[in-house]
Amino acid sequence: MDTNAKPTAAKRTIGVATPDPVLAVEDLTMYYATRAGDVRAVDGVSFAVQRGESVGLVGESGCGKSSIAMALLKLLPENARLIRGKILLNGADLAPLSDDEMREHRWNHIAMVFQAAMNALNPVYRVGDQIIEALDAHIRSTPEISMERVRELFDLVSLDPGFIPRYPHEYSGGMKQRAGIAMALACEPDLLIADEPTTALDVIVQDRILKELRKVQEALYMSLIYISHDMAVIAEVSHTVGVMYAGRIVEWGETVDVFHRPIHPYTQTLMSAFPSVTGPKHELGMLSGEPPNLLTPPPGCRFHPRCPYATDVCRSEEPPIVRSGSHWAACWHPLDGAAA
Amino acid sequence: MATAAPASAVGTRPLVKVEDLQKRFPVSAGLFERSHSFVHAVDGVSFELARGESFGLVGESGCGKTTTGRLLVRLAEPSDGRVLFDDAAGTPTDITHLAGASLKAFRRRAQMIFQDPYESLNPRRTIFDTVAEPLKVQNACGPHECLERVSRMLEMVGLTPAAAYLFRYPHELSGGQRQRAAIARALVIEPIFVVADEPTSMLDVSIRTGVMQLMQSLADRLGISYLYITHDLAVARYMCSRIAVMYLGKIVEMGETESVLQQPKHPYTQALLSAVPIPDPTVTREPVRIAGGVSRPVDPPPRCRFYDRCPIADDFCRDNDHPPLEEKASGQLAACYKA
Repeated sequence: MDTNAKPTAAKRTIGVATPDPVLAVEDLTMYYATRAGDVRAVDGVSFAVQRGESVGLVGESGCGKSSIAMALLKLLPENARLIRGKILLNGADLAPLSDDEMREHRWNHIAMVFQAAMNALNPVYRVGDQIIEALDAHIRSTPEISMERVRELFDLVSLDPGFIPRYPHEYSGGMKQRAGIAMALACEPDLLIADEPTTALDVIVQDRILKELRKVQEALYMSLIYISHDMAVIAEVSHTVGVMYAGRIVEWGETVDVFHRPIHPYTQTLMSAFPSVTGPKHELGMLSGEPPNLLTPPPGCRFHPRCPYATDVCRSEEPPIVRSGSHWAACWHPLDGAAA
Repeated sequence: MATAAPASAVGTRPLVKVEDLQKRFPVSAGLFERSHSFVHAVDGVSFELARGESFGLVGESGCGKTTTGRLLVRLAEPSDGRVLFDDAAGTPTDITHLAGASLKAFRRRAQMIFQDPYESLNPRRTIFDTVAEPLKVQNACGPHECLERVSRMLEMVGLTPAAAYLFRYPHELSGGQRQRAAIARALVIEPIFVVADEPTSMLDVSIRTGVMQLMQSLADRLGISYLYITHDLAVARYMCSRIAVMYLGKIVEMGETESVLQQPKHPYTQALLSAVPIPDPTVTREPVRIAGGVSRPVDPPPRCRFYDRCPIADDFCRDNDHPPLEEKASGQLAACYKA
């Protein structure tokens, strides 16, 4: 792979000067049909991911972050429905595509690494064969070329090529996750979606996987959407971060700005609730109550029942978009002097 | 949040004294063959836990921290070693082979909180049934008082009003509420010692702080000592006055939490700490200095368990037994020849 010609995405320093979106999501809305009614898991979400950019989506369980990932790949469960919105990948809308048409984009242009990548590998086939199978489904090539490509991929994610003919049970958890990443990179996608890829791993293994992901992302100048509940991991991998709450993005901007000058009260609490092993021991933040039931989301701002700053307007009207520096938030009472 | 007890309390007579605790599991050798290999899950662990103290056991998966916790509340029997626990009369008693009435009496004083509130509560039983069970098993009180104590306990863990939760089922509760119910179940019998195995790791952050604060305030109010098991060093920092870091069945470092985290002596603790992501995008971590991955401690060689992965090991480490836990700084112990 000739990767030298491509510019490198220096972490945290680029503000992505020239917009060149690989992905533009517009007003994405997805519901799950249940016996009790529609669960509004993703409700009017819009964002863009630039070429070579690493975007973190952070939020608590049930906020819709994994639903967005599945919607982007159109790997939706039976009861899920795309209500409206556009998913523009390199300018072409994926939303109306059929399963067959979608197959052309999956792996080739957009690929995914799952939290349970350890379980995504078939236990009765050799790992190398599984990657070759994925390759053959998308690229016409000879067995020799495919094998060469597998060797390159193993090298890329720092896996011992001696493990190519081995079975998944011979791999450790971290190695399986690397194999999952190698498989996702097989067709050099423009966009890789990683959904909690290190959540089940110990910190030392997590550290290596994160390094590996950063390395390949920069080497391939690939765009990355990294989904996690862990603010600390997001702080390390992403240039840009989107904070989700109850099916919506409530704050979006450059990671440094969002972390150091949050404007949404939810972001601020989420940040302060995270303990750190370094620095002074700060009072840990917390929220009262629980995230809302998305069958009947609260009117106005969805965060108002738990927000310490909520007033009447928050309870009745949708919050406006306010901006501060590089980032924006949807809030009636923004912190840090943000303005509409 | 204030930590439970000052480390100076450790000087007084301990509530729990763990002596050279060992637990070996046979490795399956085949259907009819006798196993000759053993996983040394807990391999000569010793520590003391003071009254009112919150002591943390930290380490990666497979390091033996959960097995140690189970041995301390007699959910498993050790292969070797003793656990001395103050009985109701204040006499240190070895609890490792208790059975019958004396085991039942011990359960009044020692309880466990599990990681997964989705699995630790019986889905077919109401919250009242679940929380009242220890009282019934122990014949601690009559039905009227039982209802009163369960209600009081639910209020204490923040499930208020208790009447609204008593006759609900686990599936009607959120994760945070379930873990509060599980805490109520462990504490309703008023134990003085609780082993908490990753009690907050399944909870969302905005809910986690509340549960951590609840556990601390209950410890203060009811005089409970915790053995707090966690993989998360940042959580241990807030929950424990002292911690022990485990690696392959051994304690490799032990001391006051803040000293261990700020000035780790053992190369494993140093590696573990440097691998923890920091929730600040402007901070760049030191590179993690550790080789390879965790192996299973099947019949390990007598040398230092960390030898294969250690960045500073030399021939002395290779040729000698696993190093003893020695004081490297005031009150801070590490098992390392080079530290």
